Amino acid sequence: MPALKDVKVKINAVKKTKQITKAMNMVASAKLRNAQARIERFRPYADKFYEMLGDLAKGADPSVHPLLEPHAEIKTVLLVVITSDRGLCGAFNNNITTMAQKLARKKAAEGKTVKVVCVGRKSRDSFRRSEFEIVQAYVNEMNAFDFTLATRIGAEVIGGYVGGTYDEVVMCFGKFISLARQEPTQLTVLPLSPEEQADAPKEAGGGLEYIYEPSVEGLLAELLPRFINVQLYRGLLDTSASEHAARMRSMDNATRNCDDLVSSLTLVYNKARQAAITKELMDIVGGSEALKG
Amino acid sequence: MARNLQLEVVTPERLVLKQSVDYVGAPGLLGEFGILPGHVPFLSALGIGNMMYKQGGRPRYLFVSGGFAEVLGDTVTILAEVAELPEEIDLDRAKKARHRAMERLEAQRRERVDYARAKAALQRSIMRMKCREEAKLAASGGR
Repeated sequence: MPALKDVKVKINAVKKTKQITKAMNMVASAKLRNAQARIERFRPYADKFYEMLGDLAKGADPSVHPLLEPHAEIKTVLLVVITSDRGLCGAFNNNITTMAQKLARKKAAEGKTVKVVCVGRKSRDSFRRSEFEIVQAYVNEMNAFDFTLATRIGAEVIGGYVGGTYDEVVMCFGKFISLARQEPTQLTVLPLSPEEQADAPKEAGGGLEYIYEPSVEGLLAELLPRFINVQLYRGLLDTSASEHAARMRSMDNATRNCDDLVSSLTLVYNKARQAAITKELMDIVGGSEALKG
Repeated sequence: MARNLQLEVVTPERLVLKQSVDYVGAPGLLGEFGILPGHVPFLSALGIGNMMYKQGGRPRYLFVSGGFAEVLGDTVTILAEVAELPEEIDLDRAKKARHRAMERLEAQRRERVDYARAKAALQRSIMRMKCREEAKLAASGGR
């Protein structure tokens, strides 16, 4: 039988842990609400953006802009891997990095050079242990980021693609589907696939002729780099919402585990207590029997 | 019967403005343009600068950077990377930014990339300050 006091200490410790996990759960849920609101606020911009680009890109031929042109031979692949900075959110980060590593190895097996831009500490830590070169790492940014983070990553991506350093850019991030579901997802950012832009089906112009200023090509040259940023920003927002949702769930589980642990420990405690009482009674009875005799 | 324009300004972070206005002037990449109700469909890239829109005959200002304007029917949509109302502009920050940009321009006149960036920063800071000033002027003149 374990000593009474040890069990008591253990129970208290578990209770303290439970308080922490519960608090973390609540913090995560508040942050999740925030992140979801940001996605909501981003939507009007993104929708309008896709609409505009869809209208423009329809008539344009791929050679008007270097970003629309796929490179003849894909030699170097850049992965943009977005994870959170902090752990304690279940398998969330692991899922993303595992997927990214697998993808990187696959591309490497095809004879391509793989380079990585890491966003989030977990992504960097994972790739630092691998053989792939980390071009850039953004650590401690996921906590409070805004559109400029997407612009900064975008500058590297676009510059590298236009300059011929990278021939393909793939973003790995945690897609936010619902509270209970987050999926590690990979999205080919570059080369831009025309079908994807044609995705914006809503034809607001209704066949009306726009006046373009500057020309269609000039506008595309302004729009396309921003489109990359918009994609990246979406990835960042999704990952951040997913992170908080995943943390909420894992902290919820942890809190429940604490409850289970406390009740099973209480059982042990009570058993030990009863055993002690029984033993004492036996001693007393034994003693009085001996006196009688 | 005077028609109105519906002005909408959105950034990736938020919806900045959604209002019914009489006139919209914006800094296009090829120069400023003005839009009145009944304009033909129009799509333009915006430079760094100040938008001016009139509401009930009174001018109001807005700082924008890196955006696009779409005119369709009587709706004007501005998609901007940054858009700030005059009262949101941080004057101190703009002043410091101007100072920094000028220093950089002095120091690195020869390097092209930095030059372009510093120049853009300089223009942003100047336009931010101008936006505040003009809004103030308009407010005092309106009374």
